[in-house]
Amino acid sequence: MPDLIRRHTVHSFDEELEHLTRQILRMGGLVEQQLATAVRALVDRDEAAAEEVIARDDQVDELEEAIDQEAIRILATRQPLAVDLRMVAMALKISNDLERMADYASNIAKRARSLLEQPALKPLVTIPRMAEVCQEMLRLVLEAYATRDPEKALVAWKRDGEVDQLYVSLFRELLTYILEDPRKTGACIDLLFVAKNLERFGDHTTNIAEKIHYIVYGNRINRMVVEES
Amino acid sequence: MSAETAAPAGDLPAIRLDAPRAAALGAIARKEAPALKARVENLSFWYGDKQALFDISMPIHERRVTALIGPSGCGKSTLLRCFNRMHDLYPGNRYAGRIVLEPEGIDIIAPKTDPMIPRLRIGMVFQKPNPFPKSIYENVAAGLRIRGVRNRAILDEQVEKSLRRAALWEEVKDRLHASAYDLSGGQQQRLCIARALAPEPELLLLDEPTSALDPIATAHIEALIDELRENYTIVIVTHNMQQAARVSQYTAFLHLGKLIEFGPTEEVFTRPRKSMTQDYITGRFG
Repeated sequence: MPDLIRRHTVHSFDEELEHLTRQILRMGGLVEQQLATAVRALVDRDEAAAEEVIARDDQVDELEEAIDQEAIRILATRQPLAVDLRMVAMALKISNDLERMADYASNIAKRARSLLEQPALKPLVTIPRMAEVCQEMLRLVLEAYATRDPEKALVAWKRDGEVDQLYVSLFRELLTYILEDPRKTGACIDLLFVAKNLERFGDHTTNIAEKIHYIVYGNRINRMVVEES
Repeated sequence: MSAETAAPAGDLPAIRLDAPRAAALGAIARKEAPALKARVENLSFWYGDKQALFDISMPIHERRVTALIGPSGCGKSTLLRCFNRMHDLYPGNRYAGRIVLEPEGIDIIAPKTDPMIPRLRIGMVFQKPNPFPKSIYENVAAGLRIRGVRNRAILDEQVEKSLRRAALWEEVKDRLHASAYDLSGGQQQRLCIARALAPEPELLLLDEPTSALDPIATAHIEALIDELRENYTIVIVTHNMQQAARVSQYTAFLHLGKLIEFGPTEEVFTRPRKSMTQDYITGRFG
């Protein structure tokens, strides 16, 4: 997108927009790390890792706050229009998505902590797989955001179906466990919440993908056209 | 961005509307499409040998504000001045094309059209307040006197009404016969607007009406433009992007005498179709 890369006459405006972009990427990187650590805490039954995630959630909130202030300041002082306006407005929304995603990672860590008090179920397969897809999606959207690449964002957007499918199959699987042995109900419910959090995490990743598309094109992803192709 | 979706040079990526949204927008467009007050058709203009406008075509919607934006020298003021044949005042100036004034379909710039026809029907306010060296009252009454209005009651009524509309009445009602030069810059500009409104023009041309005013006077005039839109068609030239975005419903972007983009203001300022428009409104120009 040469139109987006082209510099403003007032270079300090470019610097402000670049700084805002870097803040979002930093926040995204932190969320990525939070999810990875939370899932590791769950799979490895690692209490320290779970506590680490829960403690670090404040950092994400602080970044969101900083991004909000930066974006508001740019709106007030630069009065951006067209693509600049879309970039700043979407920075506000994307940071909000990332903040929610960090909350989901934190929720997963809390469930991991609770699961430690119960006997282990069989080795977890579907949940790490879901987390892996979520991680890949997030990595893609962050790359797409950094380079303003709507095609890459669309690749991530299309993968949300995988997360949803894994969620549905895990739901069925956990249901059979509960039916087999009601003593496992507590653990299964914890895992179900973990899966739900991952599913929501994936949804927010697609939200971000949609916002990248909006930054570049000024409209929404055309679901009908995309789903045909 | 992949090659298939890359936009042709100068065009921003095409906006793909999904069918329901396209249909909804179409319905809004059909329902709201306002009547036309004027049509600019293939208008070109020359200052002597120098061509200043190139084949411009655009609608002027009735009871809407149309903003003309573009860098200095782009031709926006030249275009505005075609509407009341101001260019006729200098020899060697030449028009081609048409500016059709509705509803009668009079071609404003046709040589056979008496320039007094558009001038009597179209009002204009300039960048710098230019009141006549007369009283406040006589400034506003001037347009009516030219049109032969002598009845004192009618004049009084119209002067008050125009000053009220220009949001100046409360400030001057006790000193109507004081000199217009006693007023502040912002008041003088509102006086000029009142003067333009008094003959009830069908079309009001505003050439950077707030560029010499402070933010408060500017806000008064923008509020006034919002109100005037209920009864008047307005074309405004402005260098202030935010002002264009605030007060207008349609925006035309001109560059080097050519019309680059015309569209609903909301779209021009949030997702312009041409990269040149985007570069200009976002401060990436040149």
